[in-house]
Amino acid sequence: MRRGETGEPSELDLMALACLAPSLLYVLVMFVYPFLYGIYLSLRPLKVPGFSLANYVAFFSDQYQYKTVGITFRLAVPNTVVVVAFSLLLAYNMRRGIWLERTITTILVLPISLGVILLSQGILGFYGGKGWLNQLLLGLGLLEDSLVLTHNFTGVMLSLFMQQFPFCFLMLLGYISGIDPSIENSARTLGAGPWTVFQRVMLPLIAPGLAIAFALVFVMSFGTFASAIMLGQPSGATRTIAIAAYAQAFEMFDMPYASAIAVIMGIFQLAGLLVILLLRRQMVLAATMGVGKR
Amino acid sequence: MRGRLWGLALYVFVLGFILNLLGIVSHVLVSSFAKRWFGTPFPRSLTTEWYSYAWKEFGLAHVLGVTIFVALTVVFLALVMGFPAAYILARRNFQWKPVLLLLYFLPLLIPQMTYGIPLATTMFRYGIGGSVAGVILAVMVPMVPLAIFILMPFFEQISLNLEWGAAMMGANRFQVFRRILLPLTLPGLLTAGILVLVNTVSNFELTFLVSGAGSQTLVVALFYNVFAGGVRPVYSVDAMAVMYMTMVMILLVIALRFVRPTQMVFRLDQPRR
Repeated sequence: MRRGETGEPSELDLMALACLAPSLLYVLVMFVYPFLYGIYLSLRPLKVPGFSLANYVAFFSDQYQYKTVGITFRLAVPNTVVVVAFSLLLAYNMRRGIWLERTITTILVLPISLGVILLSQGILGFYGGKGWLNQLLLGLGLLEDSLVLTHNFTGVMLSLFMQQFPFCFLMLLGYISGIDPSIENSARTLGAGPWTVFQRVMLPLIAPGLAIAFALVFVMSFGTFASAIMLGQPSGATRTIAIAAYAQAFEMFDMPYASAIAVIMGIFQLAGLLVILLLRRQMVLAATMGVGKR
Repeated sequence: MRGRLWGLALYVFVLGFILNLLGIVSHVLVSSFAKRWFGTPFPRSLTTEWYSYAWKEFGLAHVLGVTIFVALTVVFLALVMGFPAAYILARRNFQWKPVLLLLYFLPLLIPQMTYGIPLATTMFRYGIGGSVAGVILAVMVPMVPLAIFILMPFFEQISLNLEWGAAMMGANRFQVFRRILLPLTLPGLLTAGILVLVNTVSNFELTFLVSGAGSQTLVVALFYNVFAGGVRPVYSVDAMAVMYMTMVMILLVIALRFVRPTQMVFRLDQPRR
């Protein structure tokens, strides 16, 4: 009866099934079923009888709609790169703990817990036309005219960075500080400089965590909704694909079309994930080549 | 020398981020106490009347009641469903385990906006959309998996020998659960409960998509009033925001007594030393 310890797959008895059943049923009924129903619904347009791809065709032939994909990519890709780059830089240098680490990490949890709405409301006030930042810069004579940082592309990027940087940083910090420091120390003892240690030793070890970070931040950014409404121009420059889906569902009440947009959004997110995972494999290969026998 | 400069630059960046964050948060705070505030660094006169205004005009007693009810119910149900599942996933190894883990991971990975729209469509079709029950059921979709993933490592830490020992001495399954597992996983239940609570209170997207007029939580009500902009004085909206912020901060202070900040985001394969 050494189940679980030997690692051999075992049959599930009745009690185990009873333990798993409630949560499994819940996920199946409330997550898998709506998802499949959404796909089914997206293939049953309101205007055409029977099954048809009309909703998808409509999305990709209407410039107002398909433009949202480009807008969302232009928000999500730069944001992901900037967030992950800053997080990696900071987390890597904090891997052995720094002064005031606990205080700093605690403060960084704040924006994650406060959520997008409060953060966006604060950014509107702080970075707005008459906000503290503009007043300060004008007062110091650094500016002639106040900066326009809200209700445009910049505003949305700011809000996304404020939400996702702490998340990504804490995740990478948890990951990197879990790596055995003796590996790095051995490399240093054998004469590797800091850059070589990073490139040849640490980076391959961080790669899985980095790929997860890239994937999560990209997927989150691609679903941007509230920031794009509150800090952008929801009917113009920052009309993301999530806004398009929401508008179809709750302003036009065309649920099949809205489901189709949600499916398209999901497909792009999946494609983004796959690209990141493929890049990660490339990266690991590149890092292991030239090292010789492993 | 170069290392020194590098370290300094990092501190400057962190300091900048934190100052920026404090600026954002305190701007909301100051604005909620302002009588009139336009174009000056600080409002000329202060007042607390926006709080009573917001409380009455936005029907906050009801909104707050809904928020607390939803949050506590979600915590309870997520723990009740998550606890046994986490136990089996941590203890047993079976054929479909990777598939099951992936299935539980998906609601956390896929953004809520993507599955929220089909979910809302389904719920409105069956007539549970727009109700408080609907909000609870929708928010639980990511919260049950969250509870499971937080609880799993706590079960992994409990030695199997304890369970076997208890069984050898004649304890039945319920007694093992009641006397061994429950007391030993209490810290885990606390951690999971608090994180689910914070995440439910600040959950925007699913709640927004599923809630109706009488079932808005505080964040959703806040969004509608910011978005409705111009109709309500911005100070009253900020007063509401401060009430929300206070609620989250209290929860956060409690949470951080039990949880490390890096645990607040995803748990990865490698636990911290």
